[in-house]
Amino acid sequence: MSAFLTKRLLYTVVILLAASLLIFSLYAWTPGDFISGNIKLTPERKAELREIYGLNKPVLERYATWMKHAFHGDLGYSLAQQKPVLTLFNEYIWNSFLLAAVSTFFTWLIAVVIGVVAAYKQYSWFDTLVMVVIFGAMSLPSFFIGLFLIKILAVDWKLLPPGGMLTTGSNATGIAYFREVVRHMTLPVVVMTLLGIGSLTRYIRGNLIDVLKQDYIRTARAKGLKERKVLFKHALRNALLPAITLVGFELPSLFGGSLIIEKIFNWPGIGQLYMQSFGLRDYPLLMGFTVLIAILTVIGTLLSDILYRVADPRVRLQ
Amino acid sequence: MSAISGGLPAADTPIARKESVRTSLWALALRRLLQNKLAMAGGIVVALMFAICFIGPLFSPYTDNKIHMALMNKPPNWKHWLGTDALGRDVLTRVMQAGRISLTVGLASMVLSVFLGSLLGAIAGYYRGIADQIIMRIGDLLLTVPSLPLLFILGALLSEWKVPPEDRMYIVMLLLSFVNWPGIARMVRGEVLSLREREFMQAATVLGLSARRKLFRHLLPNLVPLLIVIASLNIGGAVLSESVLSFFGLGVMPPTPTWGNMIDAANNLIDFQQRPWLWIPPGFCIFATVIAVNLFGDGLRDVLDPKQKR
Repeated sequence: MSAFLTKRLLYTVVILLAASLLIFSLYAWTPGDFISGNIKLTPERKAELREIYGLNKPVLERYATWMKHAFHGDLGYSLAQQKPVLTLFNEYIWNSFLLAAVSTFFTWLIAVVIGVVAAYKQYSWFDTLVMVVIFGAMSLPSFFIGLFLIKILAVDWKLLPPGGMLTTGSNATGIAYFREVVRHMTLPVVVMTLLGIGSLTRYIRGNLIDVLKQDYIRTARAKGLKERKVLFKHALRNALLPAITLVGFELPSLFGGSLIIEKIFNWPGIGQLYMQSFGLRDYPLLMGFTVLIAILTVIGTLLSDILYRVADPRVRLQ
Repeated sequence: MSAISGGLPAADTPIARKESVRTSLWALALRRLLQNKLAMAGGIVVALMFAICFIGPLFSPYTDNKIHMALMNKPPNWKHWLGTDALGRDVLTRVMQAGRISLTVGLASMVLSVFLGSLLGAIAGYYRGIADQIIMRIGDLLLTVPSLPLLFILGALLSEWKVPPEDRMYIVMLLLSFVNWPGIARMVRGEVLSLREREFMQAATVLGLSARRKLFRHLLPNLVPLLIVIASLNIGGAVLSESVLSFFGLGVMPPTPTWGNMIDAANNLIDFQQRPWLWIPPGFCIFATVIAVNLFGDGLRDVLDPKQKR
């Protein structure tokens, strides 16, 4: 296990370094920079500013500088907001986390309940209905369903606010603040849950159907155990075990926010921050965000492999 | 079908027997697919969508895309079933024309990514060693970089290269395939790794067949079912990605309509709130196409992939 871990960690670091170089070069090649977007500056002043920010140096040299600072825990300074990138991340990431955590909770809750019922009554009308709804949920264009629900629920019926985290100009505190945030996050959470629920329900349904066919379930029934006990104690536990490997894959979306959803719902999260910075070509921020997601992805995959091993000792890692 | 009716009496000659076994395998799959109602419904919707988008505009009197100031922003009516847009163009006609582009991009980028992914995956799995290392490490690298930012960057890069708008759809196809091939290569490599250890491959080696012949005549035909499944499930994803890119103005650009960039109308507050006929129909088209493709692809998987348990 430890030999495996060392090897994997080393490989992970190498892949991350390569990925960061790739991302850095791509951003460097992306046309325009933060300074060229500002039309008020004279060409001389632009050249001067590029000199100050080091934007006129070769890509590799800039990458080396960036990497050196990154190893010291410094992701640079946002050009547009004149704040350290990490400070900005800290400001925005928790809003993203709030959305992601709540919707992940609901996704798992609903997926487990529906998945269990559908698997238990395989091929019933309920199961067929669930399968159709699952496919529907997996086929939704996220930006469109977001816009559609805003149009119906917020614009036409005025049930919920159309976007943001707080009403403009609001200075509510305490319970009022809490209620306001809950009202604002309802729609994005519904959409994110809807988008995530399909594949997870399918996964749990499939697992449980497999487990229910096992010999030890027949044994449990033959012993005369109550059906509920067979289902929840014997079958469901084993069916859910492999699902813990999915926890690792949730990692990037938990902390990385969702570019599309946050943009559509104007949610002040890290994904929205990225989308704003992309138009401005605020490279330190873009770079920091992309590398953050890459790190989370790699850690998540590693975590999944390890959890897989922990969940099922028969699995051998190489 | 000949396998069931006419195939039996002739089954004594070896050639006929081989023929009947081969057809019956595919015929069996087809029969099981025809019994799967959800998959068939999906297949029919996909076929209809293609038919409507490619044939529909031929029957529309509004294909000239001329600007009619008198017809600006009319809500749906008998002459214009889905209303007209800010330039007085018929929205239904534009949705169908957009469908041509969106479906073509989805289909073409699927073909390209399946081709790239299966070729590279098969080489990696079959030859192992250095080729495997290089291909799969590049794949890992691309899978590590988050795909949406990657697509955004590439899209912005292409905007700067001043690609003419009508050529952008080809670039978008390339982009999507570039991002999609590693996942496919991984699956194909896994399948090849297990296939190459089977007895029939050992037999091919013992017979002294050349590597190319083993790869193309013996290994690849066994990959076909897997590839069909991957391909059908991949189209939906490609249509979705294209729509996201075009919606954010980094994919196919107006005046070439696609379902994604038509929804861009929703970024205008008045269009969003008061003229839903501009952006809701293309959204429903994306949704209907993707769900239908996925249902059909899932049906295909049930039929063609024996390892898939139901």
